[in-house]
Amino acid sequence: MESGETVGDMLARRGFSRRGLLKFAIAMTSSLALPPSLAPVMAENLAMARRQSVIWLSFQECTGCLETLLRTENPTIAGLIFDFISLDYQEALMAASGSAAELTLRQAVAANAGKYLLAIDGSVPVKDGGVYSLTGGRANVDMLQEFAPDAAAILAIGTCAAYGGIPKAFPNPTGAVGVEDVISDQPIVNIPGCPPIPEVLSGVLVYFVSFGRLPELDDRKRPLAYFGTTIHDQCYRKPFYDQGKFAKSFDDEGARLGWCLFELGCKGPTTHNACASLKWNDGTSFPIESGHGCLGCSEPDFWDQEGGFYTSLAGGTGPSWRGAEIAAASGVALGAVAAIAARRKVPGA
Amino acid sequence: MTLLSFARGPGMQGAVLIMVLGMFWRLAGIFLLRRRVAHAAARNKLGLRLLSGAVTVFTRTIPRRRFWPRVGPGVALSYVFHFGLFIILFGGAPHILVFYEIFGVSWPDLPKGVIVAVSGLTLAALIALLVRRLTHPVLKLLSTADDFFSWLIVFLPVMTGILLSGETVGAYGTLLALHLLSVEALMIWLPFGKLMHVALVFAGRGVLGYNFSRKGAAT
Repeated sequence: MESGETVGDMLARRGFSRRGLLKFAIAMTSSLALPPSLAPVMAENLAMARRQSVIWLSFQECTGCLETLLRTENPTIAGLIFDFISLDYQEALMAASGSAAELTLRQAVAANAGKYLLAIDGSVPVKDGGVYSLTGGRANVDMLQEFAPDAAAILAIGTCAAYGGIPKAFPNPTGAVGVEDVISDQPIVNIPGCPPIPEVLSGVLVYFVSFGRLPELDDRKRPLAYFGTTIHDQCYRKPFYDQGKFAKSFDDEGARLGWCLFELGCKGPTTHNACASLKWNDGTSFPIESGHGCLGCSEPDFWDQEGGFYTSLAGGTGPSWRGAEIAAASGVALGAVAAIAARRKVPGA
Repeated sequence: MTLLSFARGPGMQGAVLIMVLGMFWRLAGIFLLRRRVAHAAARNKLGLRLLSGAVTVFTRTIPRRRFWPRVGPGVALSYVFHFGLFIILFGGAPHILVFYEIFGVSWPDLPKGVIVAVSGLTLAALIALLVRRLTHPVLKLLSTADDFFSWLIVFLPVMTGILLSGETVGAYGTLLALHLLSVEALMIWLPFGKLMHVALVFAGRGVLGYNFSRKGAAT
């Protein structure tokens, strides 16, 4: 994209018609649960917009979030979403390395101060001064605190960046936390998921480029359009839940008939995400459709949830049998003491 | 930690331990009390006394016919909600799942619609009993804070269970957390108030029948 060129110019140069952009805008407004009347406005704004600077920092992460975003199969104009943005810094994708990469980062921040979107994937380790995850010898927490103030907004991509994720799992040896635990005075959008759904990131970016602000968020700072309902609410197996038809094991008759996986530990009823509607791998399926219950990966502390992945929501973690035995023995002892006290109090009884 | 995580973890653990400790405390305290020494000769042999005790457990479950006009409505409503609670607890799929996870035993569940209907009847019976308790002059006089609190602690799990099954007035996670917490409150209160009759009612009737038989009285 040439300097000063708008997105509309760029799309025209690549042979996309305005009608094509309008169709894309209609699809995005639908995805973002916006009124259809906003589609022409979005198309117009997109056409007039200049590329949005995005600086992407990877912290304590597995690169799964980046992988899923890069490998999304989308042959339509949505595939051009990365043409709407200027990905000015991303360590895994950029050719530069070492001091050259550091210089690129500094230049990008200086050139777009106050305007860039700061995308973070991975949790932020804060224990022992953040020494457990360094980039170029600098602690992630220090980098976040340096670059966050000049960002227009922060995108916490993936459950690790949003809530600490798997690195935060007990016993959390690195003191991992989410971005919002470190930065409290900047607008933050959490896009949780392990990994997050690529179309959700696309939707948030398109919204920001189109309207210059973040979409409506829920109380956990997630885009309401994608996280407003639970997977259970949209699940194609929900009629079986309502009928009380549950698979009892992963290979029984109920499982073969596609019955609800609630009893096998599915966390769909308490998990907010758009997996059941947007699906994965270009709309092929999502975990429940593949026969496995939802793990709840887009919720905080999903790795440490009571009872584990295969305990139903109806259950949880009760005390151990040993604990119950001790409680019973203690009860008997207390009862005996009470009975003896009563005998002394009423000698003639 | 979310409310649901607390309800499914520490809350549940604490409630179970308190219930077990409390129930064993109450039971041991009662069984270890000094018994009055019976100096009179028993009127019936041991076998008959035990049989009388067992029979009394059942005969006392229904009021005598001449008392029906006075106590019949209350007893009928009580049976509706007691049987209702039994059906909900042992017939509902999620509840059977909990028993399976604890004890490793399972049994066929009842259709969800049946459980919801029974829950509705149970709730209605509970409300009717509260109204009766508040309007009946004698019952009102006899009622203590224990009665009303015990009523509330039974009412809440049924109500939150109905709301959870409907999934309409709130998020599933919130409703589930409230349902679990209400059940945990019931478990904690169970040994310490009148709800302890769960464990004592049949034993009490049996001992009564046994003692009556020993004295040669009709039960």
